[in-house]
Amino acid sequence: MIQLRPIYVICIREFKKFFREKSRLLGTLARPVLWLFVVGNGMGALIRPQAGLSYLQFIFPGMIGMTILFASIFSSISIVWDREFGFMKEMLVAPISRLSIVIGKAVSGTLISAAQAVIILILIPFLGIDIGAMQFIWVTLIALLVSFCITSIGILIAARLTSFDGFNVIMNFLVMPMFFLSGAMYPVSSMPDALRWISHINPLTYGIDAFKHILLTKAAPPLGPEFPLPADILIVAAVSVIMLSLGALSFRQRG
Amino acid sequence: MPVIKVNNLSKRFKMLQAVDDISFSVEEGEVFGFLGPNGAGKTTTINILCTLLAPTSGRAEIAGFDCAKQPDRVRAAIGLIFQDTTLDMGLTAYENLKFHAFLYNLDSRATEKRIDEMLEVVELKNRKHDFVKNFSGGMKRRLEIARGLLHYPRVLFLDEPTVGLDPQTRNTIWEFIDTLRRRERITVFMTTHYMEEAENCDRIAIIDRGKIIAMDTASSLKRMVHGDIVRLVTKDNRKALEEIRTAFGLAAREENGSLFIETDKAEEFIPKLIHAVSVETLTVSLQKPTLNDVFLKLTGRTIRDEAVNNHKEVIREFVRSHRRAQR
Repeated sequence: MIQLRPIYVICIREFKKFFREKSRLLGTLARPVLWLFVVGNGMGALIRPQAGLSYLQFIFPGMIGMTILFASIFSSISIVWDREFGFMKEMLVAPISRLSIVIGKAVSGTLISAAQAVIILILIPFLGIDIGAMQFIWVTLIALLVSFCITSIGILIAARLTSFDGFNVIMNFLVMPMFFLSGAMYPVSSMPDALRWISHINPLTYGIDAFKHILLTKAAPPLGPEFPLPADILIVAAVSVIMLSLGALSFRQRG
Repeated sequence: MPVIKVNNLSKRFKMLQAVDDISFSVEEGEVFGFLGPNGAGKTTTINILCTLLAPTSGRAEIAGFDCAKQPDRVRAAIGLIFQDTTLDMGLTAYENLKFHAFLYNLDSRATEKRIDEMLEVVELKNRKHDFVKNFSGGMKRRLEIARGLLHYPRVLFLDEPTVGLDPQTRNTIWEFIDTLRRRERITVFMTTHYMEEAENCDRIAIIDRGKIIAMDTASSLKRMVHGDIVRLVTKDNRKALEEIRTAFGLAAREENGSLFIETDKAEEFIPKLIHAVSVETLTVSLQKPTLNDVFLKLTGRTIRDEAVNNHKEVIREFVRSHRRAQR
């Protein structure tokens, strides 16, 4: 049972809060800039450009992925905040379905996260990557899909997290490994077997691979995309649906 | 037709019988209170009634709808004010109310008028567009009351509505609740562990360890204990005692130089008493039974003791965990 007005108002609330928390926006925008120009330049001095592709250019799709990762997890963790500060009860005792709450959180988290990913694209002129209108649209669409996927994972986690104490554990043992093992900083094919295996079950890997398809058209392996684009999209979409269903289920049980 | 009907309701958490076979009903328009120490099962009962918890057994009905089977119908019929605030501090007063209106699917155009009207009653109209995080505890509570009534519920639930507020604010909150319940013609179901607050109820159920141990009006409950007690000190207590016996047929008790007389309507009795006693009266004082006395009589403990013990327990727990952390 899905009710549109509650979903709409849950989204509006998230948007309002997002725009009011300036530090949150600043954080998500500063993080990729730091990685790109500090880590990227540092590592770039060691790694020679290959097939006309600099290290900075190579990690750019990964930076979009990272922005989405942090933004989506942060958005969905708002469920834990709401629970901690009591506002969740206001929603739980209202005559709306649990599913509407989950969908409201998923939709708002997806849009907020994808918007931040698109904002990151303003760095493109500084990196010497040129993209046309079609590519821009593709990146936006993929950003929406990847944001939806990570937000769904975040909702599943948030539904199972009983208090805010678990948040650090999630950041250290899930979010950071997801970032490092996603092909964002180095190609998946160059990793040792055990790590590569983990990368293959990491949905972010396929999301970033899809961005590489669109943004690194000139790249030659191993720096270019490593999986077929349709497979990337299909896997991310499938994981999204599974995660959101599981999230909705555990949210219904626990609230 | 009772608007709340509870039959043989029980709730068991693993080792704890939180609610133990309780039954009661609340009539339309009544102010009904659950009085008991912390951990007696008050909040658990509210959570079952407002569909947040499923009962282990038994049945609860609000406005004719089953709390376990028709949760959405029940939720639309009730307003809630929880012990801890459930407002969004990052939104304004208006935004909190507007959010609520959308959740309860109120007509958009009528909503604006209703929001203004409710803010007016709780005297927050001039703070309409201020962020809730800048509100005092009392203002937050008033806003929550306005919000809880926004969607025209039939029953308003108040779980320890004035906990953590200073006595003066507590009184104003009660005035608002009283004004609004008359205005909106709603039934109020509240829980409290403050005796003075329970006095606001038409009927009180005293709950202890998950069971309802007494249920009646405040004055009837107090009558269970004893009448009013007049304490009298005179120049010659022995003579006064004799005079009281002949004038009223009442046996006064003498203890530590004071006379204690039990009576019904002490306010009217005292002038007659002074008149009847010929020896010089030094002091007269009056002690009325409290709900705490009722609780004491029924359980052998006082509600206040319980609260003190709880605090001790919290401190002990804190020290324990602190030590653990240091190790």
